[in-house]
Amino acid sequence: MTTQADSEAPVIPHPALWAVLYRSSTPFWEAVGRHELTLQRCSDCKTWRMPPRPMCPRCQSAESEWVPVSGRGTIHSWVTYPESPHPAFEAPYAVILVELDEGPRLVSNPVGIAPDELEIGMPVEVVFEDVSDDFALYKFQRAG
Amino acid sequence: MTERTLKDKTAIVGIATTDLARDSGRTEYSLACEAVKLAVEDAGLEMADVDGIVKDISDGIDPMYLQKAVGIDNAQYCSDSHWGTSAIMTGVTAIAAGICNAVVYYRCLNGGSGRRAGNDFRAAREMKDEGLDLIRYDFYSPFGLLTPDGLAAMTVRRYLHEHGIEAEEVGWIPAVASEYAARNPDAIFFDEPIGLDDYADSTMRVDPLRELDCAPGVDGGLAVVLTSAERAKGLRHTPAVVMGVAQGTSTEGELLSNFTRPDISALPEIRLMGDELFRVAGIDRSDVDVAQLDDRYAPYVAMQLEELGFCESGSGVAFCEKGERLRVDGELPVNTGGGFLGGGFTYGLNVIEGVRQIRGTSASQVDGAEISLVVSGAGGPADGMILRRA
Repeated sequence: MTTQADSEAPVIPHPALWAVLYRSSTPFWEAVGRHELTLQRCSDCKTWRMPPRPMCPRCQSAESEWVPVSGRGTIHSWVTYPESPHPAFEAPYAVILVELDEGPRLVSNPVGIAPDELEIGMPVEVVFEDVSDDFALYKFQRAG
Repeated sequence: MTERTLKDKTAIVGIATTDLARDSGRTEYSLACEAVKLAVEDAGLEMADVDGIVKDISDGIDPMYLQKAVGIDNAQYCSDSHWGTSAIMTGVTAIAAGICNAVVYYRCLNGGSGRRAGNDFRAAREMKDEGLDLIRYDFYSPFGLLTPDGLAAMTVRRYLHEHGIEAEEVGWIPAVASEYAARNPDAIFFDEPIGLDDYADSTMRVDPLRELDCAPGVDGGLAVVLTSAERAKGLRHTPAVVMGVAQGTSTEGELLSNFTRPDISALPEIRLMGDELFRVAGIDRSDVDVAQLDDRYAPYVAMQLEELGFCESGSGVAFCEKGERLRVDGELPVNTGGGFLGGGFTYGLNVIEGVRQIRGTSASQVDGAEISLVVSGAGGPADGMILRRA
């Protein structure tokens, strides 16, 4: 039997896999695995909850629903990493903050947009990239 | 409006830091013990006088273990508090309430030789297991937004965009910090002041943040001793009387990443805290003689100046132009010990400098400084204090 102590280097999972462990966001990631973008919304006052959470901070309702969103929005801000802090990401790479047309914002990566082309306000739309059979990431390309 | 029950009730009477170093090879435990010992000595007290212990929730050394090494037998109050230096407010409250007589606050990090304040993703993974910041690991890490520098950079890009500020203009903030640090033997990161050219040439860490925008990790311990203002009168040093303490937190506040609130380039927790701080202290902004702000990231100094009401929204970078207002003879001398940019990122270091200004012992002493402002926690839970010469 092999234990972690036997191996030379610690096993470092891809950061995308860290996400699946948290119950508040499990429905979100399950939907992304099916290439669907859904966000949590309060069943009572209809306020979006992004990030997901067990209670609505506006009306304190514990009830929520998962609602499909358009996947369209604009770049609200962005950064580029000239050096990568993790082997899963090849530098240079950009991280964008997308403001969806529905209002909530998502951190993501651009697809097919070079870092020097990124602009605040650029219209984008969601695309999905499979990481494994049932796990995918949502990314954004220029809106068509 | 609540009564100002904490005003002028307590004072900071002891301060100390260990040597601050890039690579001390020391444990946080030993740094904490040394700092506490030195601060109690600085106050002119005995360890037996200490009956309260407070610390930041993120500090790794439990008060129980600190006591075991430094010998505090009769502590009747111990508390973790909410990030930054808010633990000092806890100590002030405990003394003012009559729960204890002398409280020691400590902070220790080996960010230089050990974990670099969250920038090591393996350390971040460990934090996840402690449940400290789930949002980051669910929604940011999968896209490579892995470091505090990246989170801050996202906010800073938006801030610069909204106010039409050129990134290069921020350079006056680290330039002035480097001037102060070069004069302060405790601040190890600048032997010589830098200029705007050096800033422009500085490597991008996470665009738009440069190396010179980001406070480096450091190894070090520091401690502060508080007691009642009455008892402080007979002690060794000029007491730094606590005129006011305040905190501010909010629904969408996180640690650096506040991407879900309407305006991501604002620091509403700092505004909330600052308004309360000036109210409870009963002074105006113009009464402040010297300020220590949170410069873990240089652009956040400009944002704090706005949120604290020293200038209009969007004009913080212009306020810092040419550094004139920030220098020791300026309108508002800021981060006179060199800040976290010059001394390394360790919350509490700014409290030490704030007290030195009251005592008249700063390496860059502001002439006749009577009132000293200290702020921590820009981009997350905020706290602050206003100190005055007794």
